[in-house]
Amino acid sequence: MSEKEVKNLEEIFEQKIARDEKIEPKDWMPEKYRKTHIRQMSQHAHSEIVGMLPEGNWITRAPSLRRKVALLAKVQDEAGHGLYLYSACETLGVSREELYDQLHSGKAKYSSIFNYPTITWADIGAIGWLVDGAAIINQVPLCSTSYGPYARAMVRVCKEESFHQRQGYEIMLTLCRGTEEQKQMAQDALNRWWWPALMMLGPTDDASVHTAQSMKWKLKRKTNDELRQQFIDQTIPQADILGITVPDPDLKWNEETGHYDFGEINWDEFWQVVKGQGPCNKERLETRVNAWEGGAWVRDAAMAYAEKQAAKKVQKAS
Amino acid sequence: MADKKKNWPLWEVFVRSKNGLEHRHFGSLHAADEDMALENARDVYTRRKEGVSIWVVESKHIKASNPDENGEMFEPAEDKVYRHPTFYDLPDEVKHM
Repeated sequence: MSEKEVKNLEEIFEQKIARDEKIEPKDWMPEKYRKTHIRQMSQHAHSEIVGMLPEGNWITRAPSLRRKVALLAKVQDEAGHGLYLYSACETLGVSREELYDQLHSGKAKYSSIFNYPTITWADIGAIGWLVDGAAIINQVPLCSTSYGPYARAMVRVCKEESFHQRQGYEIMLTLCRGTEEQKQMAQDALNRWWWPALMMLGPTDDASVHTAQSMKWKLKRKTNDELRQQFIDQTIPQADILGITVPDPDLKWNEETGHYDFGEINWDEFWQVVKGQGPCNKERLETRVNAWEGGAWVRDAAMAYAEKQAAKKVQKAS
Repeated sequence: MADKKKNWPLWEVFVRSKNGLEHRHFGSLHAADEDMALENARDVYTRRKEGVSIWVVESKHIKASNPDENGEMFEPAEDKVYRHPTFYDLPDEVKHM
């Protein structure tokens, strides 16, 4: 294809997006659009898969059957979300195996928040409330992103996500209405998860390298700072109802802007965790790799069985 | 095992949400065979009673039209407005038509 032809195709492509038309898998797309989508969608899928690990830690120790079935269902949803997203990603011509390889080799990233440990039951409450809360804010705008398979997967994910946040908040509420010790446990969890949850919304706008292009492709509909402010504004009143406070001495309501002002985020910590120095990076990846390698014989056996059955069918037919 | 790793093939999943509606494409998944594809489809796509019937078909069996050829494929219908009822001029007095 000549340079002029590509230019022409690019123009048609950009116009389509401007008109809010969706891009579907077999449509022509710029290579950069394809690559950016593979990167973002697979990171998202990896986050769902690794995200099962901190919570899985508490399934056997949930304090009641009601809590246990809810947590099981939530973790199962996360597996499902990972699978929707991997298959949406595969429509761009990358194989599932490549995607797993990228995760297992440490080449691909996943959300940093899952590199923090879940040391008490209250952490399960805080994750549902804050981590799923921040995820919803990130994800709702993606339901109208330009790539069709991603947008459709996100509609399903968002529908299922709201139970996750509610079950987390209910755990926090129960603890906060319990004994003084239980309330302390909830406060401690909030202290540890608040800042990492704010970091989940991504680097500040002036430090975010992908924002401009992603906004243009509707892969992003609001900037990181806008999303973070929205998250803070809606979460503080929820903390008030619980009767616990976020660990930020600078947080205060600003009558003029109609938003909460908040303190400086420790971005050094964020980049440390992204680069692999978080408290659980090594453990998470090891667990994931072990699960994959330990399950290899099961996958091989299933494949061998399927081939044998198929051969039998052919033999019968001939 | 042979030296080349064999991966589970890709399947497309279609779900009928309730009787009276058609099966609609819901997404895809990997499975070793058709029975496993059906079971996985139930677990991945119908955890909240989203369906009453599931079809799975191995993705390689689907022949899809090519959007680059959408012109040849779909434009012939464009100049055939006479296939639509509004093409025909009738006086307003004519009712039930």
